[in-house]
Amino acid sequence: MSDWKPIASIHTLQLRAAFFKKIRHFFEERKILEVETPQLSRAMGTDPYLHYFTTDFSLPNTKHSTTLYLQTSPEFAMKRLLAAGSGSIYQICKAYRNGESGRLHNLEFTMLEWYRVGFDHHDLMKEVDAFLQTILDCKPAHYISYRSLFENHFDFNPHEISLKELKEKTKKLDLEEALIASFDKDTFLQYLLATFVEPQLGLASPVFVYDFPASQAALARIKEGIASRFEVYIQGIELANGFHELNNAEEQRKRFENDLKIRQAKNYPLPLIDNYFLESLSSLPDCAGIALGIDRLIMIALKKKSLKDVITFSFENT
Amino acid sequence: MSVYSTNEFKSGLKVMLDNDPHNILENEFVKPGKGQAFNRVKLRNLKNGRVIERTFKSGETLEGADVVDADMQYLYFDGARWHFMSPETFEQYDVDEIIVADAKQWLKEQAICIMTLWNGVPLSVIPPNFINLTIVETDPGVRGDTSGGGGKPAKLETGATVRVPLFVQPGELIKVDTRTGTYVSRAKE
Repeated sequence: MSDWKPIASIHTLQLRAAFFKKIRHFFEERKILEVETPQLSRAMGTDPYLHYFTTDFSLPNTKHSTTLYLQTSPEFAMKRLLAAGSGSIYQICKAYRNGESGRLHNLEFTMLEWYRVGFDHHDLMKEVDAFLQTILDCKPAHYISYRSLFENHFDFNPHEISLKELKEKTKKLDLEEALIASFDKDTFLQYLLATFVEPQLGLASPVFVYDFPASQAALARIKEGIASRFEVYIQGIELANGFHELNNAEEQRKRFENDLKIRQAKNYPLPLIDNYFLESLSSLPDCAGIALGIDRLIMIALKKKSLKDVITFSFENT
Repeated sequence: MSVYSTNEFKSGLKVMLDNDPHNILENEFVKPGKGQAFNRVKLRNLKNGRVIERTFKSGETLEGADVVDADMQYLYFDGARWHFMSPETFEQYDVDEIIVADAKQWLKEQAICIMTLWNGVPLSVIPPNFINLTIVETDPGVRGDTSGGGGKPAKLETGATVRVPLFVQPGELIKVDTRTGTYVSRAKE
């Protein structure tokens, strides 16, 4: 095939367009407002493992320039809309993540993000379940807690186990010693999940894994030591991530600062903290939100092997 | 030698791992929702042919391996070692049975093979994809039967045995595909 040609067939692109129509219809029926927020921002999320792109706001031959970040997710801007009284909203947009490329990753990808005012993560899981049944014509989802998932697969409670016990418990798995020697507890749990559990999740119907360790809360509330966060898996692929959204600015600032410490220790660049977002948090209504990878969704719907089968051009042939 | 990061790993890249040269076969990028990314990599050890799987944290690096594939003319077998010469540099190489491996049954003098060299030391030999060889032993066929149905074993001048159509006679030259070890056609000198 010639390099200039799109990597998805024109027929696939027609089917893709039909999915967008269906998705927008789902939200229209529920009277959820479609919004757009900036792709370029003056501040950035602090997640230590999301590597961002930056660009400069400047004119040729001028000394002054401002660093702008290409969003890794529209989350902060959408929450500011919610805080300003938008009510439930959704957005379909591009998100950019540096260094991510592979069968299930592309540096830029299409994200569907939506927020429901008055929902907690359990309410939202039910709506996502309905969404998937509508879009994929799949069976109703299974729900399992993060704890039960680990108890079933590895016979330990992930919330209570120590890193030392983790190494003991997983001896029979014959893991690469050099690799796990560098793991902290969360990395270890994430590695186990991604390597041994995820490939089997959601083969018959979507699976919702909910109530994550507090140390993996990201932007979710923590209730009784457990993060109100969930992930959605289909066909062994992680499709979406949702939170009962944290709206405590002080707690959020602490998490940002903690992330920055991790970044600093790893010698990663330190982004500018989003103070507008923090200021808005006290006005954020009780809500739950989810980010879902649309390229993966369409790839699963069309039974393709790679998300590069459902996008026009991958970064390799842009 | 250059250093390669996990996001540059792709099939065919030669890297050093555990002090041995390896060929990367597959590289899968794995990123848990809110965690550190990994690369699950399949590699072939170029010294012993073994395929292994390794997980790297994304951003880890491996040193490139100085591995090259060079055209090499097969000269002769001295009873213990196989001798080759580079048609470019005229440098000679001799290798033992472990390195010549399965290629030995196809080696005909003058044939241009591909030799994989690591830091100038031979690692493996690949015979030409197609080679013309004389049949030294096979049942005499039925003259006029050109259907090729059935077939029979035929021993070749290099020692290999392939299945040939019934009409092919002892002493004839045939073209063989060394990758599959199968008869292709009769050949002219």
